[in-house]
This record gives sequence, C-alpha cells and structure tokens, in this order.
Amino acid sequence: MMKSLLPQSQLRRAAAAGRSSGGGAASGGADGAGSDGGAGGRAPAASTFWFLLHALCCLVSLFLGFRFSRLLFFLLFSTSELYSTSSSSSAVLRATTTTTTTTTTTTTTTNTFTLSFAATSNPPPSTLANHTALDSAAAGTSGHTQSHVVVGRHGIRIRPWPHPDPVEVMRAHRIMERVQEEQRRWYGVKEPRQVLVVTPTYSRAFQALHLTGLLHSLRNVPYPLTWIVVEAGGTTNATASLLARSGLTIVHIPFPDRMPHDWADRHATENRMRLHSLRVIRERKMDGVIVFADDSNVHSMELFDEVQKVQWMGAVSVGILAHTGAADQPRLSEEDKQNMPLPVQGPACNSSGQLAGWHTFNSLPFTGKTATVVGEAAPVLPRGLEWAGFVLNSRMLWKEAEGKPDWVKDLDAVGENGEEVENPLILLNDPSSVEPLGNCGKKVLLWWLRVEARADSKFPQGWVIEPPLEVVVPAKRTPWPETTAEHSSELLNTKQDQEDRRLSRTNRSSRSRSTTKRKGGVQGQEN
Amino acid sequence: MVSMMGSRAGWRRRAVVLLLVAVSLSAMPATLAAAAAADSVEAGREAEQHTERISGSAGDVLEDNPVGRLKVFIYDLPRKYNKKMVTKDSRCLNHMFAAEIFMHRFLLSSAVRTLNPKEADWFYAPVYTTCDLTPAGLPLPFKSPRVMRSAIQYISNKWPYWNRTDGADHFFVAPHDFGACFHYQEEKAIERGILPLLQRATLVQTFGQENHVCLKEGSIIIPPYAPPQKMQAHLIPPDTPRSIFVYFRGLFYDTGNDPEGGYYARGARASLWENFKNNPLFDISTDHPPTYYEDMQRAVFCLCPLGWAPWSPRLVEAVVFGCIPVIIADDIVLPFADAIPWEEIGVFVEEKDVPKLDTILTSMPIDDILRKQRLLANPSMKQAMLFPQPAQPRDAFHQILNGLARKLPHPEGVYLQPGEKRLNWTAGPVGDLKAW
Repeated sequence: MMKSLLPQSQLRRAAAAGRSSGGGAASGGADGAGSDGGAGGRAPAASTFWFLLHALCCLVSLFLGFRFSRLLFFLLFSTSELYSTSSSSSAVLRATTTTTTTTTTTTTTTNTFTLSFAATSNPPPSTLANHTALDSAAAGTSGHTQSHVVVGRHGIRIRPWPHPDPVEVMRAHRIMERVQEEQRRWYGVKEPRQVLVVTPTYSRAFQALHLTGLLHSLRNVPYPLTWIVVEAGGTTNATASLLARSGLTIVHIPFPDRMPHDWADRHATENRMRLHSLRVIRERKMDGVIVFADDSNVHSMELFDEVQKVQWMGAVSVGILAHTGAADQPRLSEEDKQNMPLPVQGPACNSSGQLAGWHTFNSLPFTGKTATVVGEAAPVLPRGLEWAGFVLNSRMLWKEAEGKPDWVKDLDAVGENGEEVENPLILLNDPSSVEPLGNCGKKVLLWWLRVEARADSKFPQGWVIEPPLEVVVPAKRTPWPETTAEHSSELLNTKQDQEDRRLSRTNRSSRSRSTTKRKGGVQGQEN
Repeated sequence: MVSMMGSRAGWRRRAVVLLLVAVSLSAMPATLAAAAAADSVEAGREAEQHTERISGSAGDVLEDNPVGRLKVFIYDLPRKYNKKMVTKDSRCLNHMFAAEIFMHRFLLSSAVRTLNPKEADWFYAPVYTTCDLTPAGLPLPFKSPRVMRSAIQYISNKWPYWNRTDGADHFFVAPHDFGACFHYQEEKAIERGILPLLQRATLVQTFGQENHVCLKEGSIIIPPYAPPQKMQAHLIPPDTPRSIFVYFRGLFYDTGNDPEGGYYARGARASLWENFKNNPLFDISTDHPPTYYEDMQRAVFCLCPLGWAPWSPRLVEAVVFGCIPVIIADDIVLPFADAIPWEEIGVFVEEKDVPKLDTILTSMPIDDILRKQRLLANPSMKQAMLFPQPAQPRDAFHQILNGLARKLPHPEGVYLQPGEKRLNWTAGPVGDLKAW
C-alpha cells in the first residue's frame, strides 16, 4: 500500500533532479541516486548529492513512516551485520505479525505477514532463539541462553471468530456452580437445621393471594422445611387444597375461634393462634428454627440463611409497610415528614454489637387515621413488636432440652390466664439475651404488610368459577382480524341475529334465557 | 539382687522383669503409632478444611522465622538518601514502589538487626531510588543511578565492608519498573543494564523475567507494595458466591505512549480486549469502579497481564482476595518463587495463547480450580504478599529475610583478596558518573 506511493515520489524526485532512475521500488531510486552520486566526482556535485540524498530520505520517511524507512535504509546500507549494536533499530528486527482491524462492526481480519531480511538466512519466527535485542546491551551478562521474549512492536492477535462458544459458556457456568457449592460448604451453614414456619391464616378473599406468595417463597428455601398453618374457624377444604398443591411438608392445625373483624381483636387472635402452634411444636417435639411468617408478609431468601445462625432466640429487622394506598393519605406536616423515622422494627445494637434496645414503628403520625375494621381503607399499623421479627430455637420450648438457658419461661406459664401475648419476649425472663441477626439488624430481611378486603366480600370458593357466571357484556368482536370495520360489523350483526333466531327456534324448551344468551355469545365468538 | 535369690526363683523374677520391659517397649510403638494416627487424622481434617499447605521448591519455607538465622547491619546514610526524599514528597509512601521505604523502617526495628557490623551477614544501604516523583506521581529514574553510585561511594569510603567483598554481601531494594536498570522504557533499560556497581550485590526487586538483562542471578523477587489496610477495609463475607468468571480492570491500549498499539504489553492486552470484549464471561473494562476490591472477591479468575513491565500489584490483590491469578506474561519470575509454587496456584497463559484464553480457562479440570482456591485461602499465602505496618509474622518482610537467609553462608568467592578489585567504577554511561 505504501510502496505504491514510492514510484511517483521517486519519479517526481528523479525528474526534478534530472536524473535517470528506475521505476518501482525505493531501492531503485536510492540506487540511482547513489550511482549518480558515485559517477560525479566533483565536489559541488558531491555536496549536492548528499543534500539530495538527505532530501530523498526525508521524503521517503514522510511517506513510509519513520520506523519503516529507517528500517529500509538500514537494510540497504548495512552489509552482513544485521544485528549490529545500533540500539535504535535492533529492537525492531524480527518478523512481525500485524493485523488489520476495522473498527466498525464488520469482522476483523488478521493478516499475518513476515518481513524477511534478505541478508542472512531467514529463521522462521518461532525459533528466534538467537535474535534478541539483548545482544546489543549484553555488557556484563553474557553466557546465558537468550530469551525468546523480544522488546518492540508485536502484533495484536485476534482469532477469526472472537465470540463466545456456547459449550464453553456452559462449562464455565458449571465451574462457577461447583465453586459456589464449595464456598457454601466452607463458609456457609455447617449443619442446616429444619425451618418450622408458623403461619396463622383464615379463609377470606385475600387468603389465596397471600398464601400463594408465601408458598412460593417457602418452596425456594434450600433447607428442610415444615409449614405449620393454623387456621382460625377450623380447617377448610379451600385452605387444605391450596396447601396440598404446595409440595411442602404441611401441618394443618385447626383453631376453634373464628377470626374477628376488628384489627385489634384480630391481632390478639393471631397471637393466640401462634401460641397454640408453639404448643403443638412442643408436643410433637419438632426440632428446628421457628420462623413466624404471617401470610401477608414477604420474606427474602437471606432471612432463611440468617435464621440458621440463631442459638436460642433471635431478632431480625422487619420493614413495616403501613400505607394502604388510599386516596387521602394522612396529611403530614413538614415537621412530621422530617421526623418520620424509618419504618423498621428490629433490634438496636450498641457499638460493640450487642443488643441495646429495640427500634419500633412510630405510629404517632398515624394517630386517629388507622383502620379499625378489617378491609377499611386506612393504614393498618403493627402493635408494638410484631412476632414476625423474632425467631426461636424450638428446643427452647421443649420441657427438657440440652443447654436450655434458664432465662426462658416454661411455655405453660405463658398465656394461661388469657393474658395478652403481645410479642415473643413474653416467653423470656430476661429479654436482653435475644440475639440480633442480619448484621446486627442492619439488614431488613422481611416486610410486614396487611392488605385485606372487607370481611363480607365475595369470592369464588377455591377460586374455581362454579356455577358459571352470568354474562355481563356479550362479546362483539371475533378473534379474527376484520377486513373492513363496517362491513364486518354488519356481517357480525347479521350473523348474531341469524344465530339468535336459529337458537331461539331450536332451544325453546327448558333452557333458561341466560343459558341461551351465553351460548349465543359463545357461538358468536366461535364464528 | 535377683541372682542372690537363688537360681530358680531368680530366673523367674528375671523373666518377669524381661516381660515387663517387653510390654513397656511394645506399648511405646503403640503410643507412637497412636500419635502418628492422630497426626494423620489431623492432616486429613486439614485437607477437608478449606486451606492447603504451601511448599515451594525450597521446601516448606513459607512459615519460617528468620530471626536468629541471619544478622543485618544497616548503614547510617545521610538523610538526603532516604528521609529527606520522603519529606519532600510523601506520596512515596503510598505508591506501588513503597516497599523500599517500608523495608528500611522494618529493618530498623527488627530483631535481625545488629549494630555490630563485624558480626553481620548482610549489609543494607537504605537508598530510596524511586522517590523522585513527577507532579503526576510517577517516579523518575534519571537520577537514580547517580544517587546509588553516590551512596555506594559514601559507604565504601566510610566503612571497610564494601571494599572487603566489593558489595557481594550487601543487598539493595530496587522496586522500580526494571529493577536496577533504572529506566521505565524497556529498550533503554536493557541498553543500560544493571548498574555496574551493583554487579556483585544482591538485589531485592519487583521485576523478574527470565533471561533478561535486568534480572541478575540470585536476586530476590518481591511483590509490589499494595496498601494492606485499604484491602482489609474492603473485605466482604467469604460466603458471597463467586459469580464473575473472569475479571479485569485496566488499560488495554496506552494511547498516550503507544498510539499505534502493539508496543504496550507486547500487544497482549489489546488482544485480550479484541477477543473478549463481547464475551459475557469476561468482565473486562477500563473502568475505575469504587467496588474494585469487592468485585475481585466475587470473581473466580483475575487476569494479571503484563503492562509496560511484567509485574503489577494485581497479583497481590488477586491473592489477597482469593481470586485465581491468570498470569499473561511470558517468562515472568514471580515473587518468592522458591518458597511459593506459583505453577500450582496461578494459571500461566502464554501471550500467543491469549485468543484461546476462554477455551483454556473453561477446560481446566474443576479439581484443579478448587485446589488452587484452597491454596489461595491459606492465610500464610496472603500474608506473604503483604507489607503490613507494623510487620507481622510470615509477611513479605519476613519472606525477604528468609530469602536472604537461604543464601547463607556466603560462598567462597565473596571475600576478595586484599588489593583485589572486581568492580569497574567508571563503567556505564558518562552521565552516571556525575556526582549527586
């Protein structure tokens, strides 16, 4: 590419200088210059020769680039000593591979070409054992084998298809899986304990929504799990069928009282239900970590990893989501907004990482505007400390357990006299021995939310539509694309009428009007 | 006494005594075997744990304690050679060449130091040759040969120990790009060669490449300085899963100094970029993310390609963060190569094989990868790469001393005959001979 420019420059030069020159290569031009210089022996001719040679060299380097022209002239004017001690060019003297890369989205092509030096025999690039720039500076360190690593310009090797190979990508993913498995084995939980999830529930419109969400979260827990579902008002088939579809180990416990319609009462009932399930756990001597998962709460997977670390009783940070999204939000003053603390309930630690107190949800901004009845469009607030933020070691409940600390009350002594069981701290004599989990409560591992419909809202039993519903709006459109809007709607209307007439003729008898209409609707769709 | 009892009874008693002795003797190997069994159980347990012992070509020497094995005498050079340079520019304490300063400080208060030069095995002259910084913070090596020469002249005039051996039992720390060649450009460094006055001394340097002019035989290669506190501050829990396959942050093209490409890193970094910029397994870019250390802890492989010089602090960072270093630098000599079997710990890829890097890494047997991770998890390995202040056992300072101790006793040719001279004090470029 570069060489093609040379003939023109040489010819121009030669023509200007009035000299005979060969076409083609720069060597021809240079030789011509040299020979001419040699021919004329007069002094002024000699000085002009050197001047012109200098100009020629400048021009050549202008076109070829400094390094290449330097190289070329070195080649031409040196004899058999290719590897002399001129430090400037020795470094460049090796076969180089270059690549041409197009910087656009087109593919990059690799052209490897080797410059061969005519002077001595051409060693192939791979066996460059003797050609090294080190020769030039081998002052005191001689005698050792030469390195094949050479200073200087190297080619940028690009393979013809620089894109990932899917087989290799799969292998890499398998490697990473295996590495992560090892990591879990070294640094993760040594002996995973069973997780006992306690959920109070009752049959209502939002039950399927909440339980499905919780179900999916629990299915993803990588530890052995038992789901203890306490249902208010006795066990129902709807709940049972939902739980049966989960594929988890279920303990479905009936609770005799029905769930009240009042939030305050509902909280109290839920607390009693949880206590009941704790008694069941104690009876059956179930072993594991007890997590209180309310059906409307959302849990992160890290929660279940974190609770494996609990010794006897632990506390995690719970995010409290109190807004119901109603149109009129509680109007907060500027001051309120500023003082609004984080909506988190959890343990508070001092600087040495020990439990120093509790963060609770500040319900002051909401006074007077909270929901009292389930399903009311107002914020639902937690009371004090929610059970969801605590985890227990089930052995704490057993009558006799190895190493059971003495600051744990016996379960029978709790809630006997119908007293309010507000939060699990009531199980302890000494609430300061609760362990803060989740990086000392810094990490919020689950979210508390109460979203419910009105107690009397209807919903299909088991969410199966049976008997079929009345048609509210008959279908006017077919699923197929229409040719023209008017024409097809005309067609449709005529078709509808025909169908209706036909149907009314044939189905005169016992079918009710609604059924016919529905059939008509359906058939209209099918047409 | 037994014999006096009468022949028959005495014989019986002797037999009883012999029996007792025999029983006790047999019990001993049983206890020894039990001890051995306990040892093997111990070793088995350790193998089940997540680290593995490291032993290099010189044996299991990573955990040696050099105290008592050598004595070092520190020359008291005038402030202009060391302290004044640091006072002038305190950035010297933070850059990757800071090992020379911290080595000096460590030796001053170390147990191997002796104030009596007559009993010293090694002599140390604390000259800070990489503390002359540009405004940007890069060290200028142009005066370093003169500084070194001036220091050597000082110590040879003031103490007789240099001339006794012509420096063969002295060591110097030269953490610059190409060690004691004192230039940042490889061609120029090769041209200069190692300072002639240091011909017989032992060099402690970061640069190491086989059969290179700037690597003298018998040099001790050390890791570059990486700030230990900064790295400790960015540790994340070890159970964070490693989800990045290959990680690298740095330049691929040095457009400032090598606009045409192909010179910087011998084209290896450019080749990396061109081949793997579209590969989702390779998280490589020129970013400077604030989560650089955290990301390394989430990666399985960390690339350590050469730059203008083959060494870089990336190796130290990869080892500390448990990421398997993929070393792309032909013929490189890694730190403490006789104590640490780098072949078993890192992956070595030749520069010509860079386009096949993904194939190489994905076809590594998983057991190899897990073994490398176990070796990297060994705390001695991580300690050996660091220069903590104050010094801790088994850290890089101690490894340097171990290396020096392994070179003892000095061989025969060290001590010169009186009047014999080996060094040529006028060798080297003329500019070096100017006084400093």
